[in-house]
Amino acid sequence: MSEQSVAHPRASAIGAHVPLIDGIEKVTGRADYTADLDHHDALVGRIFRSPHSHARIVRLDVKKALALPGVIAIVTGEDCDVPFGVLPIAQNEYPMARDKVRYRGEPVAAVAAMDEAAAEAALALIDLEVEELPAYYHPDKARAPGAVDLHGDRPGNLERGVHHEFGDVAAGFEAADLVREGIFDCGEVTHVQMEPDASLAEYDAERDRLILHTCTQVPYYVHLHAAQCLGMDTSRIRVVKPHVGGGFGHRSETLNFEIITCILARAARAKVRIKLSREETFLTHRGRPNTRIKVKIGMTKDGRMTACACETIQAGGAYGGYGIVTILYSGALLNAIYDIPAVKFDGYRVYTNTPPCGAMRGHGTVNVRYAFESLLDEMAGELGLDPFEIRRRNLLKAPMETINGLRVESYGLPQCLDWVEQASAWAERRADLPKGKGLGLACSHYVSGAAKPVHWTGEPHAVVNLKLDFDGGVTVMTGAADIGQGSDTVLAQLVGEVLQLEIERVSVIANDSRITPKDNGSYSSRVTFMVGNAAIEAAEKLRGVLCAAAGRKLDAKPEDIECLGEIYRVRGGQDPGLSFKEVVEEALAHEGTITVKGTFTVPRSHQGGRYRGAGVGPSMAYSYAAVAAQVDVDSDTGLVTVEKIWVAHDCGFALNRLACEGQVQGAVWMGLGQALSEEIRYFKGLPLAPNMLDYRVPTIVESPHIEVELIESIDPNGPFGAKEASEGALAAVIPAVANAVTDAIGLRLHETPITPDRVITALVRSARDGRRDKPELGNTG
Amino acid sequence: MIMAKSILSLVLNNRRRDHAVADNMLLIDYLREVCGLTGTKMGCDGGECGACTVLVDDRPRLSCISLAHSVAGRRVETIEGALSDGRMSRLQRGFHEKLGSQCGYCTPGQIMAAEGLLRRNPNPDDDEIRQGLSGNICRCTGYVKIIESVRSAIEEAAP
Repeated sequence: MSEQSVAHPRASAIGAHVPLIDGIEKVTGRADYTADLDHHDALVGRIFRSPHSHARIVRLDVKKALALPGVIAIVTGEDCDVPFGVLPIAQNEYPMARDKVRYRGEPVAAVAAMDEAAAEAALALIDLEVEELPAYYHPDKARAPGAVDLHGDRPGNLERGVHHEFGDVAAGFEAADLVREGIFDCGEVTHVQMEPDASLAEYDAERDRLILHTCTQVPYYVHLHAAQCLGMDTSRIRVVKPHVGGGFGHRSETLNFEIITCILARAARAKVRIKLSREETFLTHRGRPNTRIKVKIGMTKDGRMTACACETIQAGGAYGGYGIVTILYSGALLNAIYDIPAVKFDGYRVYTNTPPCGAMRGHGTVNVRYAFESLLDEMAGELGLDPFEIRRRNLLKAPMETINGLRVESYGLPQCLDWVEQASAWAERRADLPKGKGLGLACSHYVSGAAKPVHWTGEPHAVVNLKLDFDGGVTVMTGAADIGQGSDTVLAQLVGEVLQLEIERVSVIANDSRITPKDNGSYSSRVTFMVGNAAIEAAEKLRGVLCAAAGRKLDAKPEDIECLGEIYRVRGGQDPGLSFKEVVEEALAHEGTITVKGTFTVPRSHQGGRYRGAGVGPSMAYSYAAVAAQVDVDSDTGLVTVEKIWVAHDCGFALNRLACEGQVQGAVWMGLGQALSEEIRYFKGLPLAPNMLDYRVPTIVESPHIEVELIESIDPNGPFGAKEASEGALAAVIPAVANAVTDAIGLRLHETPITPDRVITALVRSARDGRRDKPELGNTG
Repeated sequence: MIMAKSILSLVLNNRRRDHAVADNMLLIDYLREVCGLTGTKMGCDGGECGACTVLVDDRPRLSCISLAHSVAGRRVETIEGALSDGRMSRLQRGFHEKLGSQCGYCTPGQIMAAEGLLRRNPNPDDDEIRQGLSGNICRCTGYVKIIESVRSAIEEAAP
């Protein structure tokens, strides 16, 4: 590094605390979300939803509604007979129900009207006649003999059964000194991103073209499915993603309302806006499913794991969505965190008459991790081992390949454990805690981008275009969806880093299918890793062009040119060199406006094994986290208060420390919600809490301080060593809190969320059984 | 159904406004649809999340459960009015620089609630900040950096 750049470190350099490049828009109210876009000439779209959980549609009459003044168009399942779904192998959802409805709240018809009042009145006049069918809200009922199938091609309502065994599990349990089994139940949770769902579609009847603005994490998938469902050529559709108010997985697949808005706009031959209410946003769901996990672990008396067997049953809701991927993740990521020689997984993804589940932060891994880390703590207690010690005895040695074919190249879990132990003063604190307070520990991990794309097209996994023109600004063009996580900022930083420029010279244009290159979207924590690597490659090409231009002017070879961002000079020379502007002018004189492209593809070596289901789990890099929680349990009310959280997250390298800290804190806090208070319950298929008062997201008052340490294991394949930073820590929070509650009250609950009523029930039952001071092992084998 | 309209006069972001407004129009719809001030956000079905918080005579008010006419003759401030001389307020700068804002959707409401808090209590401690923002849900930050953002604004004001 030259003296000059040491003397003037760039504020936006990688590793610095860099505010978001669109932060000023957000804090001034100038950031436009879908509902903020100009809609003065738009019709109001509203969706008519099924009041039935499971029923055959006998008659759907919209004539009276259509005759109302101000009603322009009404569409129904008749208007689209093409199913869609994020997985090409499991597309079984229509934008509006056709022969059957399968959950309460499923779209059946939609209205476009001149105003809200007319749309509302029209909904009331739609006449739906059905023949009710038996409905199932629990997997046991849906799988019972004689149950009516939700879908014709899935007998027994089993969407997917997964049966994987790696290593010799029977021999592993045989070799164990201690074998324990526990059953754990996790309530269903959902994303509650702050922005309610909204789409704005404009149909040009003269040209048969459609422009869709929508709040999505996956504009490319939405584009494909809109074209597919409307029977339009993809070139006639333009998809634009404005600012998006959070996603957390809710928006990682095409959602029915987005396609409905398009269908309505074409039927009305106009611009139509659909803004879903918060209740409808809850119904659109795609959250983390209600899950039952039976986990069995064998270990030697010194705490080395010998085998693990896990059965997982998920109530997937009424349609496929990401379901197959969710159940596969649940099994695949039993591996790649600890060294377990034999692992068996039996997974059951079951259709139920509830809103479809999908991907949610920590996709598929979270509930299983809660069960595993809870049982691990129990067994540590039985063996007299400290929670840190039992985990340390089972660490991996990277680089390595797991028994199910996952390549772990960097592994900062040991450092995560060390930091959490020291920062929390674990041993002293635990010894000093008064009755009613407890400390708990757990670990977790996650992928940095799924190695296999959902749509197998053979294309690179990520593409970034850069443009440099007369104005001297570098424009990054990307299809990666910034949903608030800061992906635009990190791409600007990476390009700036390679070119040694401040990000003031760099602008990002994202997510307009007319302009920006295709991207698979923001999910599985893939953007920083994959799109980041593509951005680096593009920037290196641009630097090559500029060094060549500087070389021509300075009469030197391009490889002898030193790029200092605003100055290009001959390495080791005394000449002051050329300004960036002079270099750009020379480059433009040579070839005109400069455009370069960078790509990234996960190599075959990191795409996993060849067995059925092997495509889910592989990633080029895994993040790791350790979390300690201190709780207080009020034995009179059963209220659990989390007083403090310590979290260490191995993000490889923190490209933006501020953003990484924020992501880790957000993930930890979202885990706290699931641990303590968030749960979707249904009464005959009707969600009981589809609003932000009754669905208990923690407020600022009950949210503790979260102390974060970023561990930098420098991944060999990550952009400057970086891995994911926004999902990995979530899963550890729930078992850390559960283990802390057990430490506080000497009892283990086997359910989440750990609500006051569950705590009181457990305390009362334990007191009644007269074994209050003896740790209960629950469902031990 | 035609709803009667009457003239609503108020001072909005330091500017006198007179509009014919339906008697049943909500304040948030008046701000967003009539005045084009879309910085104020709707995050829930009414009064649950705080994203729509504005100041009415210096006090935070949920614009999604207030009738527009209820602020007749009052002084209303939205996030768009927080800039002075084109520059961010100390709270806006705090939320930007300390990353109190990730997706940004709850941010206008958080900042207006925090502004209301600091006008009542210029030097709140962390518990008072928590109480002052207890009606504002954020789903991104875990609130840690929101508290740091407010704290940074307070420190900027300190001599």
